[in-house]
Amino acid sequence: MQMSGAQMVCEAIIAEGVKTVFGYPGGAIMHVYDEIYKQKGFKHILNRHEQASVHAADGYARATGEVGVAMVTSGPGFTNAVTGLATAYMDSIPLVVISGQVPSQLIGTDGFQEIDAVGISRPCTKHNFLVRSLEELPRVLKEAFYIARSGRPGPVLVDIPKDITVDIGDFEYPDSVDIPSYKPTYKGNKRQIEKAVEAIKLAKKPLLYIGGGVVLSNAYELVREFVEKTQIPTVETLMARGVLGAKNPLLLGMLGMHGNYASNMAMSETDLVISLGARFDDRVTGKLSEFAKYADIIHVDIDAANIGKIVEVDYPIVGDVTEVMKKVLEQMDDIDTDRYEAWRNILKRYDELHPQSYVDSDEVIKPQWAIERIGELIGEDAIITSDVGQHQMWAAQHYPFDRPRQWINSGGLGTMGFGFPAAMGAKMAFPEKTVVNVTGDGSILMNMQELVTAAEYKIPVINLILNNHFLGMVRQWQTFFYEKRYSETDLSFQPNWKALAESCGGIGYDVTTKEEFDAAVKDAIEQDKVCFMNVIVNRFEDVLPMVPSGGALFNMMLPQKIDEEGK
Amino acid sequence: MGTLTNERRVISVIVMNESSVLARITALFAGRGYNIESLTVAPIPNSDMSHITIATKGSAKIMEQITKQLHKLIPIYKVVEHEEMVEKEMVLAKFPIAESLADISVLASAYNGGVVNVGKEMIIVMVADEPMRIKHFIEASQRYNPCEIVRGGVVAIER
Ligand SMILES: Cc1ncc(C[n+]2csc(CCOP(=O)(O)OP(=O)(O)O)c2C)c(N)n1
Ligand SMILES: [Mg+2]
Repeated sequence: MQMSGAQMVCEAIIAEGVKTVFGYPGGAIMHVYDEIYKQKGFKHILNRHEQASVHAADGYARATGEVGVAMVTSGPGFTNAVTGLATAYMDSIPLVVISGQVPSQLIGTDGFQEIDAVGISRPCTKHNFLVRSLEELPRVLKEAFYIARSGRPGPVLVDIPKDITVDIGDFEYPDSVDIPSYKPTYKGNKRQIEKAVEAIKLAKKPLLYIGGGVVLSNAYELVREFVEKTQIPTVETLMARGVLGAKNPLLLGMLGMHGNYASNMAMSETDLVISLGARFDDRVTGKLSEFAKYADIIHVDIDAANIGKIVEVDYPIVGDVTEVMKKVLEQMDDIDTDRYEAWRNILKRYDELHPQSYVDSDEVIKPQWAIERIGELIGEDAIITSDVGQHQMWAAQHYPFDRPRQWINSGGLGTMGFGFPAAMGAKMAFPEKTVVNVTGDGSILMNMQELVTAAEYKIPVINLILNNHFLGMVRQWQTFFYEKRYSETDLSFQPNWKALAESCGGIGYDVTTKEEFDAAVKDAIEQDKVCFMNVIVNRFEDVLPMVPSGGALFNMMLPQKIDEEGK
Repeated sequence: MGTLTNERRVISVIVMNESSVLARITALFAGRGYNIESLTVAPIPNSDMSHITIATKGSAKIMEQITKQLHKLIPIYKVVEHEEMVEKEMVLAKFPIAESLADISVLASAYNGGVVNVGKEMIIVMVADEPMRIKHFIEASQRYNPCEIVRGGVVAIER
């Protein structure tokens, strides 16, 4: 069929089954927007900043497991999108971002709004394309979606010069992709898997260490089955919260810098780490020479480059967690779960010794209480996104996550400003679910213009602002490591949150007591409007436990213990 | 942690001929802090691929990462980091005509080359040999006061 390049872009998006596209128009991408106006195959959301468009597409992708799509213009439109690309890249999220570019003949002339988009985005995309001709456009679009979602997923940028969107040519969207130089490995090596299974059966203190790869691979049911069958204790990374489900007795919790005592001790004492889709991030390992010191390591990862990058691995398995776990499970029927009984008991004692706890208060709302309470009020079905800081860690520690893709946060890049637009993306994908962005008084302002977008399109996400009048996480480090010199972290000067939300067409709540909290949450769920829920919390609350940066996992700063009387 | 010795290694990379593939490779080295000692590129005859030879330095662990990270780049078809490589480097060197033509000619032929041009003021030789021998050639050539030496970078092929 004959059509313009702009039309081809729309046709490809429709063919890929994308229901919502997030974006912002401008000169170089105007032809595509003209086609968006004419088509009915997908909805377009006009965010009020390109960064928010990419984060929203990212939230959509994380909530659904499908490829998210964002569209931006050249120059500043593209540069605004870079943080979004980098955020998705660090967490391996499948995105296709389409950017306009100046016309082909102007490329290289420092034309108006010309910037080298493929050059800038090279280190923060899985792959990128500068489209050279109309003929290659259908193939490039097909490959972009394929590359984004296959293997280790990631964002792909397609930069399209304006003239190519105008030109008219033949369109046939390819059914399949053949890139001879790109063949991801899905099936793990059979012999390696057998060896790993043997090691599991011989171990005395095995520990399952699961990361975001399990979520990306949609392997949680297999992982739960494995845990059920083997009765092996499990720790989750920040990115894997929800995989096992908070109610699972074999889940020790989250490990790492703000992991709980039992999880970090388990990693320090295990004799066999079974790592599934995790990448031994420095926020997880702490001091490397002390990390899992007594353990052999099984490492299952679809990205060979992750294996052996940080720690030496005894049983490397390159493959998709789903494929590998299917084979592992076949060989687990004769597993002797009693073997690990003593180990489970040790860990249970550790957890009883130092449970994930905090000291509640009647005078002021504790942020941890707010998280637990909202978990009780909105239940297991809600989707929780977050920004970056203390509130993010409290959410990860205290929310009763019950399934993967319920918890959406920027783990790898740690992007403040991610949570609100990501929540909007998730809400667009699941309008029937309650979506809450757990945020801070610092982070929320980094994409607050989305109040207008959310109000306009009636995307009623709840922004739960745990307001400590600080850049709290930085303040915490200053308290511990900089002798309380609170350099540029005091946020005492604040907007009028309620008025701010209302002026943009949303709702505001000011909350200072537990009663007000309950009432506000209940009201917010019933409203079909976006809201800012300004919850004043204890100012100097710290996130604990904490492993100081570079310290060994077992050297944790622990919260005060609560005695029998609740003191 | 693997050995931390800085070994010199040669990596052969087969890539699809795409406009920015070289930029992807050099950006990867720059971004991850690996160094490039030399780099050569040329198309592979009768194909839509090119052969890139990169000489680099690093520990075994870093070599493994370089190889794996290179392999992740979409247009990279194959990465060979091998002990068993035949390596050659070509060098052009220019000497003043006042130097002994005969000595220079003998020197060049000792390193697998010869005189390729004699002008009014200059004599130019070409040699092609293993990287270690090229180093020796350059040292030996110093006594003939070379005006300019241009190295071609290593090319390698699996044995
Ligand atoms: C874009 C960006 N800039 C800076 C930082 C560094 N940073 C990490 S946490 C944090 C404080 C966040 O404050 P707030 O949103 O109020 O959360 P709190 O820690 O108080 O809960 C900062 C500045 C970051 N992660 N992202
Ligand atoms: Mg704060």
